[in-house]
Amino acid sequence: MAFFQPEIFVQILISATLVGLIYGVIAAGLSLIFGLMEIVNFAHGEILMWAMYATFWLFTLLSVDPLLSIPVNIVALGIFGVLVYRGVIRRALRGPMLAQMVITFGLATLLRGLAQKLFSPDFRIVPHPFVEGRVELFGVALGLPQVVAGFGALITFLLLWAFITKTETGLCLQATAQDKQAAALMGIDTERMYALGWAIGLACLGVAGALMANYYYVFPMVGLLFGNISYIAVALGGFGSIPGALVAGIILSLVEHVAGWFVPPLKYAAVYMIYIVIVVLRPQGLFGRS
Amino acid sequence: MAEVSATPQRRSSAGRWIVYAILGVFVLVYPFMRFQVGPLQVDFTFPYARHLLILIFLYALTAQAWNILAGYCGQVSFGHVAYFGIGAYTSSMLLMNFHLTPWIGMLAGGLAAIALGLIVGLPTFRLTGHYFAIATLAIAETVQTIFMNWNAAGEAKGLWLPVMKDSLLNFQWKSKLPYYYVALALLCLVYLATYGMERSKLGFYFRAIRDDAVATSSLGVDILKYKLVALSMSAFFSALAGSFYAQYVLFIDPFSVLHLQHSVLVVLLATFGGVGTYWGPIVGTAILVPVSEFVRIRFGGTGGAEDLIVYGGLIVLMTLVEPAGIVGIYRQHIRPQLFARKEMVDVHAMAGEATEE
Repeated sequence: MAFFQPEIFVQILISATLVGLIYGVIAAGLSLIFGLMEIVNFAHGEILMWAMYATFWLFTLLSVDPLLSIPVNIVALGIFGVLVYRGVIRRALRGPMLAQMVITFGLATLLRGLAQKLFSPDFRIVPHPFVEGRVELFGVALGLPQVVAGFGALITFLLLWAFITKTETGLCLQATAQDKQAAALMGIDTERMYALGWAIGLACLGVAGALMANYYYVFPMVGLLFGNISYIAVALGGFGSIPGALVAGIILSLVEHVAGWFVPPLKYAAVYMIYIVIVVLRPQGLFGRS
Repeated sequence: MAEVSATPQRRSSAGRWIVYAILGVFVLVYPFMRFQVGPLQVDFTFPYARHLLILIFLYALTAQAWNILAGYCGQVSFGHVAYFGIGAYTSSMLLMNFHLTPWIGMLAGGLAAIALGLIVGLPTFRLTGHYFAIATLAIAETVQTIFMNWNAAGEAKGLWLPVMKDSLLNFQWKSKLPYYYVALALLCLVYLATYGMERSKLGFYFRAIRDDAVATSSLGVDILKYKLVALSMSAFFSALAGSFYAQYVLFIDPFSVLHLQHSVLVVLLATFGGVGTYWGPIVGTAILVPVSEFVRIRFGGTGGAEDLIVYGGLIVLMTLVEPAGIVGIYRQHIRPQLFARKEMVDVHAMAGEATEE
């Protein structure tokens, strides 16, 4: 390109990485759930949308800053995760794979319809959050909320990773994901692990939703885009792989932003094509168990 | 292989054919029905009553097209709207640029959809289960993005089809009546094709691939070939529906004919009725579409999404109660009751039939 400017390129790479970290956390929750019980939660994007609305309403009605809504979101979405698992998913697990896929599709449609009915299709934004404006980092200007969101996502991811690999409960989760029967024989309550997986998976969305509502529009269809990206990130990283989800999230975000710089309208087409190419070459995804 | 007679033996009872005949006569005379039952005035001649049935035929057509690939052959696609959209765009663009009659355009759309299906299928049929489903989703989104930015296809503004004189050749009428019969004919076409497929070797291959791809392959069946056949059939009929939609509404854009929501809807309709069953798609559509239309009209306002709530809620409920859908409920609970005396022996066979995925 004739007007290729290195500083803009660096700027794009850094902001893309920050967004990619958020994609990574969203996808990590999805991947955790899939790893446990081989279910793709197609309502993931819609639940994220509800988390964003939760943050928005906490701010609008109770003047709670988006960043302070994070703990509230974690608890609320965690409880919601257990309810979804106990009320819906557990029954669907007995059915064929298609029923499991379709039930989360139905849930997504329901959640989107409810949001549209209750909150109207308007685009909303948190007017003046505590964190706003921009900062200079490494010589490039970045929106402060984006930086906070990126680092928040990174911290969330590290905490999640530490929980899964270092604590006993986390190891039980992993054991259940690897071999349900063996885990049950070792005295692990797999039923509780499933519920816990849903709680953690959706709590990730609670964090991501709060961090994003800090600077992004909130509207009923917002889940479609982020949902799609997260399904693709999980498939790209390898179903069930949590580091894979983070790496894939960052890769997808880089592709999206770099392509968006050269050919803005085709940026998502580029994301989908990269996914197709990689997954055709390596069907189990980057970090997947074959 | 050909003379295997493992077709689920259906009772060719007279009762069954009487039901079919009544239904057939009903749909044929429906748009002319107008009578009084006590205080109740029944009138199906006004445009909305016809429109409702046209919607049902159109959605049942797409749902059955999806069912051929997903239900019979087990390849769950979440991107079927791509084929619907290709059909709509092909016939519309041929009409607008070359004044080609939409009938030929419809056929061309079907062939274009098959071509897209082959391009998509060759690489993605190596993937299975969720990987395949997500790949189809990604491809559909890519197709939407392409049409959104394609100048000749009207970009995001869409295409307004020229209004022409009423004629069969133009595929345009002021009355809804001709559309009604065209939609009905298209629906019959897909049902005939499915009937033929279900009873031929093709149907056995499809179901075998769905039930156990590895075993089928080890018996010497070329899995990739038959998956591509299933996808081609499925894409072709989806595209016919797309062309019909374009001619019926006379306006298409990437949001109306290529939106992900449409793919989801088709999946929900077929699953509600009973995925992988012959009557499932039409039963699901005939129940869900009127219910959602009723709710939308009765409780709807501007920007509300009552129909989404109904679709979502009912499908979650159905999957919890009976994953095999309405047809599954019929087979497991209603049919054994109806035929309890005559067919005690058949119950096990039917249970097996209904629990197959």
